[in-house]
Amino acid sequence: MKNILIVGANSAIATACARIWAAEKSRFFLVARNVEKLEQVAADLDARGASEVKTFTLDMNDFSAHEEMLGAAFTSLGRVDICLVAHGTLPSQAECERDLDLALREFSSNGLSVIALLTRLANRMEEQRTGTIAVISSVAGDRGRPSNYLYGTAKAAISTFCEGLRARLFKVGVHVLTIKPGFVDTPMTQGLSLPKLLLATPPQVARDITRAIDKRRNSIYTPWFWSLIMLLIRNIPTALFKKTNI
Amino acid sequence: MARELASWGRYPYIPQQRHPCSWRNDLSSLLQRLASHPQGTLPYGNGRSYGDSCLAVSGELLQTRQLDRFLSADWEQGVIRAEAGVTLAEVLEVAIPHGWFLPVTPGTKFVTLGGAVANDVHGKNHHVRGTFGCHVRCFALQRSDLTEPLACSARDNSELFHASIGGLGLTGVIAWVELQLMPIASSQIDSITVRFDSLAEFFSLSEEFDRTHEYTVAWIDCLAKGSRAGRGIFSVGNHVREGRLNVHERTRLSVPLTPPVTLMNQLSLNLFNNTYFHLHKPGRNAGQGSYDPFFYPLDSILHWNRIYGSKGFQQYQCVIPNAAAEAAMAEILASIAESGSGSFLAVMKRCGDMPSPGLMSFPMPGVSLALDFPQHAKLESALFHRLDQIVRSAGGRLYPAKDAHMTGDDFRMFYPAWQQVEALRDPALLSHFWKRVTQA
Repeated sequence: MKNILIVGANSAIATACARIWAAEKSRFFLVARNVEKLEQVAADLDARGASEVKTFTLDMNDFSAHEEMLGAAFTSLGRVDICLVAHGTLPSQAECERDLDLALREFSSNGLSVIALLTRLANRMEEQRTGTIAVISSVAGDRGRPSNYLYGTAKAAISTFCEGLRARLFKVGVHVLTIKPGFVDTPMTQGLSLPKLLLATPPQVARDITRAIDKRRNSIYTPWFWSLIMLLIRNIPTALFKKTNI
Repeated sequence: MARELASWGRYPYIPQQRHPCSWRNDLSSLLQRLASHPQGTLPYGNGRSYGDSCLAVSGELLQTRQLDRFLSADWEQGVIRAEAGVTLAEVLEVAIPHGWFLPVTPGTKFVTLGGAVANDVHGKNHHVRGTFGCHVRCFALQRSDLTEPLACSARDNSELFHASIGGLGLTGVIAWVELQLMPIASSQIDSITVRFDSLAEFFSLSEEFDRTHEYTVAWIDCLAKGSRAGRGIFSVGNHVREGRLNVHERTRLSVPLTPPVTLMNQLSLNLFNNTYFHLHKPGRNAGQGSYDPFFYPLDSILHWNRIYGSKGFQQYQCVIPNAAAEAAMAEILASIAESGSGSFLAVMKRCGDMPSPGLMSFPMPGVSLALDFPQHAKLESALFHRLDQIVRSAGGRLYPAKDAHMTGDDFRMFYPAWQQVEALRDPALLSHFWKRVTQA
């Protein structure tokens, strides 16, 4: 049984992780924007064996409310064993190029809000001196690709942020895991036409994530073969890379 | 292109575009959007229907597999309410540790609750517990002309309740299902296997074991001819009365790709069947094991349907009423053995007389036979044509969930209540199967 805080609890990957933990009779504090969906997720985890499920409705772009949410979470759970940060959106790069307000909003949803949350969360975890912070970044953060660089920039920011945070919190026994999923078949990617061979399901990705938390891994690609794909992509010389449309 | 859907038999191969629904609240708007297509759409769960009953005429499917949440679970009474896309495997994972089991399960746990209702599936305990629909307390049905789903039960919206059980997904999209589970004291099964040498022996074994065992089924060597005809392995089981409640660990074997031609030919099949038959010692052998290999032997190999190659396969499943069963089954088996075609998996089972609440339920008191055939050009005109004649004259019927060939005349004779279902069909929904058997 673990005490688990999930931010972005309505996301398909978060739900799949939560189901694995629910089967272990864990206690949950779930945070998400859409209350109707959040209640459906909570009822599901309850039926699947969770010892307790509390919910909190919050749009993560409302930075000023983070502190209240964290207070409620730590009060409810006591000790936080795992905090999974899973909220995010997948903006259209083309629209972000035409609409600056949209680009900044998307950058906030995927980047700033995570940094804001982690900043406050880290201080509480540092005091607690135990637990794991697991953050869903993306393979998109490994390189700025023309098809997806606004999203990629936000994910690069949180990957780098997590790297620094990991080194800081390591000294007090708190672990930070950076998760870089590839293509996952979720509502977020529904509009994209993705190659079937590379498409993972949320339960597959969730098994990787929960194992990585148990093994205190620093950073994972999931499914594993993305580490090879990204090794290749990271090593394409810029002179060549700038000619691609990937 | 990525993310297209097909039926389990991959025949007829009519690629379908998928439109997944991930939240109950989105069901109504998604259905209305798909309904704007002039030809019918259709709900699609996890794609375990074999023929064309899960293929939409419009080629646009509303996929419900992602609706995979439980709404509630009462472990005192053993009642669960869960979204239509929850699979039976997921129900077992959650229910077994609490001492509950599916009251009825087909031979694969990878079907969804919605699919189990829409096809009114049955299992090895049909002779004591009837079909899946017998244990469904209520469900919610989303119709294209309504914004909210209708709660349907034997009391409320009862016409739709009866028409939707075995209604092939045509009366609306099932949003969630409430199911009464069956209590168990152990996840282990006490089993007995009996090797038998003739069809007559199958009938006497059925007679004997159907009284004492919850689960009975037989594997038949469909290639055996002459004095060996009708030989097979009878297998029965009961839940162990006391013991552990363990969820079976999942296995990872998989057929990774579809070979260009079927791997099921007369040579491989003969070898399989002979070996399998002789692996069992003569007489009766008792054993005990986990529920999973007992109920779901084929589930341990993911994508097993691929072994039939790119042309796919058809399953032939019929049920023959008791009075004519022995003679008709002998004729059917002789015709199949004569053709030299068939499959390793040939299953015979006695069905009981518990009535289903569904209007178009497949089982009837009698004997059911199911087996797969690799698809080839003459399959329907030669072998199936002959088998259909035998089934028709014996007063039996075929199973729509498995079908890709039955004629409209046969269907309308087999299922006289089809017109009641047609009257309640959601006009936005139409499958290739339904169009073929009602409009051709």
